[in-house]
Parts: sequence; structure tokens; C-alpha cells
Amino acid sequence: MNLIQILEREQMDTVRGGRKLPPFRPGDTLKVNVKVVDVSFDEKTKQSKTRERLQAFEGVCIGRQGAGLNESFTVRKISYGEGVERVFPVHSPLVDSVDVVRRGKVRRAKLYYLRGLRGKAARIAERQRSTEDVAAVAAS
Amino acid sequence: MRTGVITQKLGMTRLFLEDGRHVPVTVLKLDKCQVVATRTPEKDGYTAVQLGSGFVKAKSVTKPERGHFAKAEVEPKRKVAEFRVDMANMLEVGDEILASHFLPGQKVDVTGITIGRGFTGAMKRWNFRGLEASHGVSISHRSLGGTGGRQDPGRTFKNKKMHGHYGVERVTTQNVEIAKVDVERGLIMVRGAVPGSKGGWVMIRDSVKRPPKDVPLPGSIKKPEKAAQAEGAGQ
Repeated sequence: MNLIQILEREQMDTVRGGRKLPPFRPGDTLKVNVKVVDVSFDEKTKQSKTRERLQAFEGVCIGRQGAGLNESFTVRKISYGEGVERVFPVHSPLVDSVDVVRRGKVRRAKLYYLRGLRGKAARIAERQRSTEDVAAVAAS
Repeated sequence: MRTGVITQKLGMTRLFLEDGRHVPVTVLKLDKCQVVATRTPEKDGYTAVQLGSGFVKAKSVTKPERGHFAKAEVEPKRKVAEFRVDMANMLEVGDEILASHFLPGQKVDVTGITIGRGFTGAMKRWNFRGLEASHGVSISHRSLGGTGGRQDPGRTFKNKKMHGHYGVERVTTQNVEIAKVDVERGLIMVRGAVPGSKGGWVMIRDSVKRPPKDVPLPGSIKKPEKAAQAEGAGQ
């Protein structure tokens, strides 16, 4: 391994205290818990207070890009009738955790076709547990 | 003015900060960057330090160079460069400069030799816009267009920007921020890109336009082992 790879490996191992995200793929419905910092101004002490909380972003993972430290994934959801997509770096400290709500059965790596679909047409069939999944769970 | 350092570019990566921001960084490695010689007003008429960095086999160094390194009692160096310093910040021969020479957050100027691009057209070399894609333009979509006047002046001016050799030139990027310093491994990470290819030599100096404050003077150095032992015995 060259030094750049070593540096990236170190960062990947230390982010989130070494906790890894669960295995997920495009088509899965995810709940991404994002760290959000609230800044509020306290009138009495005349100081601004910061409070950290978790905000959930729930939607369908429509793709994973990049590799290693530079990997990211895109989550799409419909918010108040408007499609919203957010890109999260896998190793960002702001991504506290990811819950896989539902596994989807899809046949391509990038689900960009979902952008043109709404409602019933944008549904994804649920993936049944396959031997592949069992192996992935065992490996993690 | 204190000395700069010679580093080798290893490549680029990114740093994730605690607050979620991420910084693109270039990783530069200090490879036993030592003072090989000094220039003094008495002898040379100016003050500077000559630094050397990197490893090279003794057999692939010419005899005069070997003598030069032997005089300084340092290992042969792959890359040698001079840095102007003033008398107060003079270093001694054999001193090794550490990565803590620079502080995170300070601004530096980095100098490198850019990647060679060979013979290129005016679009790549000078950011010309080329000709139209249609409207009767044939074959010459990437050409540079006209190069001068008509009967008057009757010639093309000197230094007209044209196609030609591009790259492999010494370029200094000013006001680059130091993102992180790793003293143990001798790594300096600067924010953003740095001229040159991976493995190329990159010179880092304190910023001229934004001089840093509270930096170690005359530098963050490690004395050669022999001198350190002699000092220990003296005490």
C-alpha cells in the first residue's frame, strides 16, 4: 500500500469511532441519520448555544459512486410532492448511522429512471433473502 | 526570512473534519530534508542555505558531488536546492528540517514543475475559444484564428499567443493553506492542488504576501546525531 492509501485507510477506520455502515445497495430504502447542529441565540446570557441532534432522511438509495474514502451514495425521496435527492459521503462524520428499512429488487446500479416516475410506477419490488445476502451479513 | 523546504508530491486525498466539512489536500513528503551547505556574505556575498532531500545511491552520484556531500557529512541527496534566508535565521550544515516547520492554517507559496503536455494548440495552452462549430467553418474548429493585422502593421507581433510547447515549467502557487502536518511521518498536507506530477519535487516557502505569525525560528530542526552527542557530552 502506498502512503496515500494508508492515510485513507486510517481515516476510514476512525470515522464514527470505527462503526461501519450496514451493507446496502441501490434499490434499498434507507433511513440516514444525519448530524445537524442547531445554533440558537440565548437572550439572557447573550450567547449563542449550539445543540447537536440527529435528523433522519428516509428514501430510496438510487446509486453508489466512487470507492474507498471517496465513496458516496444518493438517496431520493418525495417531499411534499417534490422529488429531493441528497448525496452522502459514506465516510462523512455527519452521517451518524444508516438503517436499511427495506431491501429492493432492482436490475441496475443507477436508478436514475426513478426521477421520471411518480407514485405507483416508482415502486420497487422487495428483495427476498438470497444466499448472497446471507454471505454479506456473515462477512460484516 | 526563514528557509523553505524541499518535498516530494505523493498525491491527493481528502480530509474529513469533525464538523462535517471535507478538505481536498495534496500530500507532500519531507524525505530527510537536510542542510547540505550554507552561503555566507564573506564567502559568497549573500546568505542562503542549500538543502538536499531524497535518497540516491552513492554509486550513481558523480565524484565531485560525492565530495560535496561528504564535506557536509550527509547522505547523498536526490534533489538539491537553495533557499535565501537572512543572517538571523541561518541554519547549520547537517540540520534536518521537520514537518513542524509549518503550522496548520498558515499560508505558504509552493513551487513545482508542471506536468508536460507536449505540443498543444492555442485552445488548451492559452484558453482560446476556437472557431464556431458551424456557420461555414470547415476543418479548423480548434484553430486560433487571426494572428495580426493587414497591410498595417504587415507582420505578427512578437509574443503572440500561439500553439507550441506547454507544461514542464516552473510555477509558483501563492497563498496555499497548510491543512495538516504529520511530524512523525514527515508529511505536510496543503489545501488544494499543487503544480507537478506525483513524485515531483515541490518547494514550500512561507507566504510572501501573507507572512505567517508565531512560526518556529530559525526553523523546526533536528540536529545531526554527531552534533547532538557532542553537545550532550559538553553538558
